[in-house]
Amino acid sequence: MFWAFRCATYFVLACATFIFLNIAIKGSHTVFTSRAPFINVTFLTQPPQTLYVFDYNGKKMELSDREFRKWKETHTEDVEATSIAYSAGGIWPCIVGTTLLVVGSMIVALFIGISAAIYLSEYSRETRFIRFMRVAILNLAGVPSIVFGLFGFGLFVIFFGWNVSLIAGWFTLGLMILPAIITASEESLRAVPQGLREGSLALGATMWQTIRKNVLPYALPGILTSSVLGIARVAGETAPIMFTAAYAMRDEMPWQVPKWTDFFFQGVMALPYHIYVVSSKIPQNEYTERVQYGAAFVFLVLVMLIALTSIVLRERHRRRLSW
Amino acid sequence: MVNVVEVHQPMPEQALPQTKQSAAEQTEAPEIMIDVRDLDFAYGNHQVLHKVSLEMPAQAVTAFIGPSGCGKTTLLRCINRMNDLIDGARITQGAIRLDGVDINAPEVDVVDLRRRVGMVFQKSNPFPKSIYENIAYGLRIAGVQKRSRIDEAVEKSLRGAALWSEVKDRLNANALGLSGGQQQRLCIARALAVEPQVILMDEPCSALDPIATAKIEELIHELKAQYTIVTVTHNMQQAGRISDHTAFFYLGRLVEFGATAKIFTNPREKQTEDYITGRFG
Repeated sequence: MFWAFRCATYFVLACATFIFLNIAIKGSHTVFTSRAPFINVTFLTQPPQTLYVFDYNGKKMELSDREFRKWKETHTEDVEATSIAYSAGGIWPCIVGTTLLVVGSMIVALFIGISAAIYLSEYSRETRFIRFMRVAILNLAGVPSIVFGLFGFGLFVIFFGWNVSLIAGWFTLGLMILPAIITASEESLRAVPQGLREGSLALGATMWQTIRKNVLPYALPGILTSSVLGIARVAGETAPIMFTAAYAMRDEMPWQVPKWTDFFFQGVMALPYHIYVVSSKIPQNEYTERVQYGAAFVFLVLVMLIALTSIVLRERHRRRLSW
Repeated sequence: MVNVVEVHQPMPEQALPQTKQSAAEQTEAPEIMIDVRDLDFAYGNHQVLHKVSLEMPAQAVTAFIGPSGCGKTTLLRCINRMNDLIDGARITQGAIRLDGVDINAPEVDVVDLRRRVGMVFQKSNPFPKSIYENIAYGLRIAGVQKRSRIDEAVEKSLRGAALWSEVKDRLNANALGLSGGQQQRLCIARALAVEPQVILMDEPCSALDPIATAKIEELIHELKAQYTIVTVTHNMQQAGRISDHTAFFYLGRLVEFGATAKIFTNPREKQTEDYITGRFG
């Protein structure tokens, strides 16, 4: 029996190692280059382009859309080129779009989540209604992300008329991680010793003064650290944004808008959605594989960095606040 | 250095309550500060105080003694309505009057009440801020912004709590770096800063070593010249040393209340005598 348990554990480890190594090895072919500066700058800083592949004088040419047009100006011969969507250029707009989605949705989720947590842990009394509310919040955490996507599509995109836009994505993603934020915030608020509240109230502070000056400042580091894990989730979800915020392809960068209000009402490209598109919406071949693994690798590194930040912040915060 | 000069000016104000006290002594009829009348108190359906009545005189130390769970702390927390925070806790009958005003009357502002009735807790609870900010906290939330006034109050309160000489060079250090006894005196200083009339102390020395305890006791003795002090203690000797009046509680009832000297030498009730001599509790 012992061996069965041991094998199960090793099996999990083997799977994880295989996935990571597979993505890392194949992805690093795209992201790193053998020549200086050793990092594929184009891949990280350019928008995706269509790749053209053709034979020319017995040589195999791989040119991006722009390069191909320039090449045609100097060469008059008619070549039969195969075009492969998204396989040239890079994933820069996706990185930007994901960043914007994460920042916005975290602001939305933290604002609503911390407010709700303050109400639940500081003001509300343990009535039946509040218990019901807690169960409802926990259940919200179990709702599949695609359902959040549909909900966001129905409410924000259609009913509010926001169309496929950043702001619709923010609210959809924000609602999705709300339960996690509320739970984490409540825990952090409860971890603040009761003595600090009583001490403050006994000096004639109102409830709100006590919370603002003597509870929230000590709970905030904890709230923010646990929220970093929420960031990883927000960055990773495809389902909630595919109807609400993500475009498969967009030429303008998010800051290229006619007036600033349009900023909120534009769709963006996003990393997880881009991976989904390049691996399921276009014919597969060796060229698309490069983008798939390259994007997946960059994505994995980003999420790992975020998780690492969370751990470092938590350790630092644990050392600083000890009562 | 500037604020040191300023601080010595309000000294006459400090002396004022003392003259008031000597006047009270002359007339031999101490002014009653806190008047508890037929108080019943319950947590949910569990009644913890039964018909408690006692009058605590101003500028004196009243000690509550009794075995654990007898309701001393509950009564203490009724005086600044700290029990309001606990779900289902309520006064079912009777009233507490502070300076003649029913503190549970709807028109009484609980924030104002707590400003007048300071509290020191069993477990010292300095805020994780600097020593200076700990003392300034009460003033800042009361809307005081003038730096000079806060500086003045910080020094006055720290002197009042006999802590000034120990911390004057590190007012900006974190209060959590102080020793246990210093932390408790800081909490007393913090309570003094908002100039209350009454100070409630819930076993202020229970977590302290004998030397720190002696310092706090000495401090209580000095503070009673200006403040009405109500303290809960588990330590019989301490009650005997520091208090002018002692109330003995048992199972939520006030068994005996009187001058400390009398309670300790010649108690009226057998139960009191048994408890004080250590036969139970």
